[in-house]
Amino acid sequence: MKLKPVAYLEKGEFPLEEGEALRLYRAMRRARFFDEKAVTLQRQGRLGVYPPFMGQEAAQVGVALALGEGDWVVPSYRESAMLLARGLPIHVLILYWRAHPAGWGFPEGVRVVNPYIPIATQIPQAVGLALAGRYRGEDWVVATSIGDGGTSEGDFHEGLNFAAVFQAPVVFLVQNNGYAISVPRAKQMRVDYIARRAEGYGMPGVVVDGNDAFAVYLEAKKAVERARRGEGPTLLEALTYRLAPHTTSDDPTRYRTREEEEAWRRKDPILRLRKALEERGLWDEERERALLEELEEEFARELALADQAPEPRPEEIVEHVYKEMGPDQRRAYEALRRGLHVEEAW
Amino acid sequence: MVAEKTRLLNMVQAINEALDLALSRDGRVLVFGEDVGRLGGVFRVTEGLQAKHGESRVFDTPLAESGILGMAIGLAMGGMRPVAEIQFAGFLYPALDQILSHLGRWRHRSRGRVGLPVVVRAPYGGGVHTPEQHADSPEAILAHAPGVKVVIPSSPERAKGLLLSAIEDEDPVFFLEAIKLYRSARAPVPEGYYTLPLGKARVVRQGKAATLIGYGGMVEVMLEAAEVAAREGVEVMVVDLETLVPLDEDTLLEAVRETGRAVVVYEAMRTGGFGAEVAARIAEGAIDHLEAPVLRVAGYDAPYPPFSAIEDLYRPNARRVLAALRKVLTY
Ligand SMILES: Cc1ncc(C[n+]2csc(CCOP(=O)(O)OP(=O)(O)O)c2C)c(N)n1
Repeated sequence: MKLKPVAYLEKGEFPLEEGEALRLYRAMRRARFFDEKAVTLQRQGRLGVYPPFMGQEAAQVGVALALGEGDWVVPSYRESAMLLARGLPIHVLILYWRAHPAGWGFPEGVRVVNPYIPIATQIPQAVGLALAGRYRGEDWVVATSIGDGGTSEGDFHEGLNFAAVFQAPVVFLVQNNGYAISVPRAKQMRVDYIARRAEGYGMPGVVVDGNDAFAVYLEAKKAVERARRGEGPTLLEALTYRLAPHTTSDDPTRYRTREEEEAWRRKDPILRLRKALEERGLWDEERERALLEELEEEFARELALADQAPEPRPEEIVEHVYKEMGPDQRRAYEALRRGLHVEEAW
Repeated sequence: MVAEKTRLLNMVQAINEALDLALSRDGRVLVFGEDVGRLGGVFRVTEGLQAKHGESRVFDTPLAESGILGMAIGLAMGGMRPVAEIQFAGFLYPALDQILSHLGRWRHRSRGRVGLPVVVRAPYGGGVHTPEQHADSPEAILAHAPGVKVVIPSSPERAKGLLLSAIEDEDPVFFLEAIKLYRSARAPVPEGYYTLPLGKARVVRQGKAATLIGYGGMVEVMLEAAEVAAREGVEVMVVDLETLVPLDEDTLLEAVRETGRAVVVYEAMRTGGFGAEVAARIAEGAIDHLEAPVLRVAGYDAPYPPFSAIEDLYRPNARRVLAALRKVLTY
């Protein structure tokens, strides 16, 4: 089977309605804005370790915006752009990356799940969540995302197989950014395209130019519609690149070249989309400036909200372990509330 | 517990009845795992359930434990009440990441918003000459996972009521079923739906000389030892912990304070086994009442031996319990 990445932008095609294209652009620009701010905050010591997604906005936003309101996103740690595009408030995301308890449980009304830190474990869970919708007579679709390295984990394979066997309404997004921390894709697997694996599970596999928002969005929409029609899961591989380090503690100069980064920088998904919009007269410098001002204000507002979150109370350590505290949690809770450690109170 | 009518059932039948009742009562309950559908499970615990409740409620999964646990988590997140079977507790290991990283963490991670009412049933323990891994007792590993509960019944009547409680519980519960007890004895089991509280230990035999503490397949071993001791005029108390997490420390400590001597019995590997936790609790909470060190009768620090006759050396029996009893009584 010959696989060829679906692409529009490099061929000068414009397959979307203007409003949709603008919506994609704004969401991607907003995500990038957040990403840059997050890295700055981390450098100032106002955020914990943070995994940037710069360069992967098209892949993430393209899938997020292809979803309907009742659909779910089950993300990995690099999917902040997806969460933002789904409507997760910025201050909650900041609190999450501050490891502040107020950012742990994502708010009601936004159908996103917390980011998963262990690689690939979200995959079978996404399948279960999708099946729960079917049992409940709801037609929600679940989009879940993983990196190229993550596809080597057993849970990726177990999850895809389960999804195919049960025809679960799931869209599996692989953000193939070429590296698992430092390990290049070529040392991770011996297939050309990860989407090729789909055939082995019995589901469609699609490769898209992951820096082409049109391609991701349109193929994701098809996959979402297919899932909603009851035709089962799709494996969608987005070929992309993270322009930033793996996390704020990583040094990518140890494993990749400046030339490689420069080549990908020229394929920046935001610049590409902006160019297409400008060619159609849908965007210009002025609109860009207005958007950035708007984003700056929004971020300042949200950051202030995050900064107002009260310090965690010591007894929160043992809260919500069970619906009702067991005797061990209760004993620790009472001690912590009195400002003691449990063995001091004992 | 109110039901008056009882029938003689073995543990397999009692658990089957509990699953049947849960499936009938709550449309959100799903039963799935390897071979649980058409075959009714390798121990026939789920026999007849698929025929009665349909393939969407009771179904076979692909052979993948992490997939089973992961799917169960997602189902529970989406509002269902999954009851997953892992074919043998020794095959929980491929799913440990789902258990340790997610199943027990979701409520805490979501600040109470997302609870996972998942039940994982698994046969465990030795005494029936199974192949490698099939006799493992991984309860201490599970007890060490924050946010989950661990329940191990020791009789058909207890199994039925505890399983129904586990299914009603809003938190994840591991329900370990001693293979040795599955068909070894029939006992009166009340008809109909009833629940027994989780988190309670039971004194199953009274006595003043010493306290034997164990759970699951070791309860009958402890009772046998107590019976022999009684014939020699030594009355020992037997405590069935029944729920390891949350542990009923009050009942445990009270039982030890009453006798001043304690032996903990478990069939898992000795080092780091749940009996070590019990001994530590006794040291913390009842040291002033102790007349002798707390002894453990447990498996050896080695893998549980498959098939062969040496299995009977590994697994604690009444003789070994009596030897330990003698030691604490004559200390
Ligand atoms: C089970 C597990 N093993 C190892 C890690 C440490 N780790 C974090 S990210 C990462 C690389 C993941 O690469 P990939 O899946 O390609 O995703 P990307 O970071 O490129 O988005 C590793 C090894 C982990 N988080 N979980």
